[in-house]
Amino acid sequence: MEQHQSSLPASQPPGTATETPRLEQYQLDGFFDELVDSDNQARLDAEKLIALINAMPPGELLRRQHAIERALFRMGITFTVYSDSAGTEKIMPFDVVPRIVSSMNWKHIEAGLKQRIRALNYFLCDIYNERAIVKDGVIPSELIDTAPAYLKECEGLRPFNDVWCHITGTDLVRDNSGSFYVLEDNLRCPSGVSYVLQNRHMMKRNFPQVFASSRVRPVSDYASRLFSLLEDIRPPHVSSPTIVLLTPGVYNSAYYEHSFLAQSMGIQLVEGRDLVVEGGFVYMRTTSGLERVDVIYRRIDDAFLDPKAFREDSVLGVAGLMDVYRRGNVALANAPGTGIADDKVIYAFVPKMIRYYLDEEAILPNVPTYVCQDDDDRKYVLEHIDELVVKAAGESGGYGILIGPHATNDERDEFAAKIKENPRNWIAQPTLELSRVPTLAGEQLEGRHVDLRPYILCSRQNDVWVLPGGLTRVALKKGSLVVNSSQGGGSKDTWVIAEAGQTVASVGDK
Amino acid sequence: MLSRVAESIYWMSRQVERAENLARFIEVTLHMTLEQPDYLVDPWQPLVHATGDNELFQEKYSVANATNVVRFMAFDSDYPSSMISCLRAARENARCVRDSLSSESFQHLNDFYHFVRDAPESQLSDPTSDFFEKVRERSLLWSGIVDSTMPHHVGWHFLNLGRLLERADKTSRILDVKYFSLHKRMDQVGTALDDLQWSTLLLAISGIEAYRREHHLVDIQKIVAFFVFHQSFPRSIFPCITGAKWSLRNIENDCGADVPGNASQQLSVLHHRLANSNAQEVISRGMHEFVDDFQHQLNAVGDSLATDFFHLTAAS
Repeated sequence: MEQHQSSLPASQPPGTATETPRLEQYQLDGFFDELVDSDNQARLDAEKLIALINAMPPGELLRRQHAIERALFRMGITFTVYSDSAGTEKIMPFDVVPRIVSSMNWKHIEAGLKQRIRALNYFLCDIYNERAIVKDGVIPSELIDTAPAYLKECEGLRPFNDVWCHITGTDLVRDNSGSFYVLEDNLRCPSGVSYVLQNRHMMKRNFPQVFASSRVRPVSDYASRLFSLLEDIRPPHVSSPTIVLLTPGVYNSAYYEHSFLAQSMGIQLVEGRDLVVEGGFVYMRTTSGLERVDVIYRRIDDAFLDPKAFREDSVLGVAGLMDVYRRGNVALANAPGTGIADDKVIYAFVPKMIRYYLDEEAILPNVPTYVCQDDDDRKYVLEHIDELVVKAAGESGGYGILIGPHATNDERDEFAAKIKENPRNWIAQPTLELSRVPTLAGEQLEGRHVDLRPYILCSRQNDVWVLPGGLTRVALKKGSLVVNSSQGGGSKDTWVIAEAGQTVASVGDK
Repeated sequence: MLSRVAESIYWMSRQVERAENLARFIEVTLHMTLEQPDYLVDPWQPLVHATGDNELFQEKYSVANATNVVRFMAFDSDYPSSMISCLRAARENARCVRDSLSSESFQHLNDFYHFVRDAPESQLSDPTSDFFEKVRERSLLWSGIVDSTMPHHVGWHFLNLGRLLERADKTSRILDVKYFSLHKRMDQVGTALDDLQWSTLLLAISGIEAYRREHHLVDIQKIVAFFVFHQSFPRSIFPCITGAKWSLRNIENDCGADVPGNASQQLSVLHHRLANSNAQEVISRGMHEFVDDFQHQLNAVGDSLATDFFHLTAAS
């Protein structure tokens, strides 16, 4: 198969450009669209999907959308609307039109993510130990020491295999030219991968033919990969580790994901109160007494992990856990302390890290970032606040954000005052014209802005794996740029198209 | 198995069983009102008494008619033992242990909860509606799903234990109340009405056909024997206790317990007593006293489960 690569890509249908299906009447509004080009013609690898959409009778897409929503509701993938006393439940919004990533684009993304994760792991090892990157003047030490996510408790630590961030969910966006940028590195407890798997499950059931003919790469082995990773990072003295997933509990918004992943891997889902530290080891309380735990995939934040080491008021964590971790008697994924590397100020330095540790140029660029700590940058930000997106360095989930062009004067003034008060806590970026994907609005398709969160697993410093797929988050409100599910965002299935020789997902895969 | 998970599974199972029994009580009572002339025995007040929460009912509803009692027992979210409250709690417990259940089990329970929650108001106390029959069916389906999609290891035994203890408790309760309210009307013994009432009682535990095949005619002592001492009828008290004892033994084996715990010992005593008693003895001693005593012993078993398995103090 390899020698045929110079000919047309396998997914290109035979025939001429005139046969390429078009999405008539769809409004591009001047934005870059992921599925069709500026002439409304299907992009490479999206032809089959567009042809199917065109061939459907009116209302069919909506019918399938409703069928999927009902199935998600039955599966209990819901959250409770707290403002409603009747306990109304809603599913996480899902859109039936998938996002397609061509094999060529994916190659670029994959290479860029692997490079980035390698550099970030070198950085974490370095910053909590030798601090060479600071001594060599690449990153100012005050930026490190003032970062809220920097953990002094982790200084001098070396996790097994020298890997700190085992599981990453990097947020990517595309601008009006279609170029990919890294928007955020999520190195703490990135969530959403269960939606990738569930969305795929739904799409296979509802679009079996077009799915089968589109040569989509499978995502179904994520849980097995994750399990192997957790096994691989076990303390060296353990041969057959007991692995658990630590959740804050059923009221956490990502609880469904925690339970789904534990079930998919066949490991215990535990809460802090199920665990206890005794004699330098962690145990779980079982009906037959205490049982030792060797690897913890923890889905609670650093600050709540151990009330003895961090927040004393934490009831979610396990008292004494950090001590066991320091002794090397338990492995934690991700390692505590990774938050320093996804601080939004430190983010601005990642291209420099890549140069410093790997002697390479970043394959995936950052979104240009103004660091308000810097006098020139701050001056620029304050003068152009109506054009910029301003973000708090230590926040995530779409909180602490000002979208300058959409904000009122009062809001801009409020953020300007905050920036002057504590410059270290703020960065700003140009407002990107995020790419769009056709999305069902009523019975018709309208463009909605999207981002993309691929998931990356890393068990050894140079062994990085990228799930061929990812979570496409979509801002369902017309014109909105905010894709977070807490603020009106939904998700789509993401189809990464296979090159010749790559495994293709089949409809029968579980 | 995690102690917390074991406890949640145990309660989840009890709560579904409890909801099913409430549906059974209401269903047969609604049907009875269809067949019974208005001027005879009021079937609703005894049902409220059976809940043990008469005061709460009086406070909120005062009059024990069909609408009020059905609303209270089935749909009152403020009443923690109503059918909807039980199903909500069962589903919450299921969510906490979702990773330990088969996906079919969870989905079914999730559906079941929404089915009851979204029940149309008009059907609630309409004796011709099949709503409570559907609830009963869904609960039976739940039983079938958990039994045939999960390995019968320690988790399933906790589930089975919860189910059987709850069922034994409810069978004794319905017998207690009905026995009390029916038996005092001795003047009607042997009448058509009496026949109807006792048949209804058997219907509530799905036992009417099994009883008729064995005994043909209504006889109070035989009915008591059927409810309490039948060797194999699945909703009769004795088989429930036998099954619970068996599951508890399996749990203890799995946990590597050297000596039987408190719960196990109490359950053995209870089993032994039932094995050496009969309906005549129960009736002559007094039905209410028997049921009272039986429920106390069941509660003691439940309390001991907590200390034996769910809330172990740290000692490996």
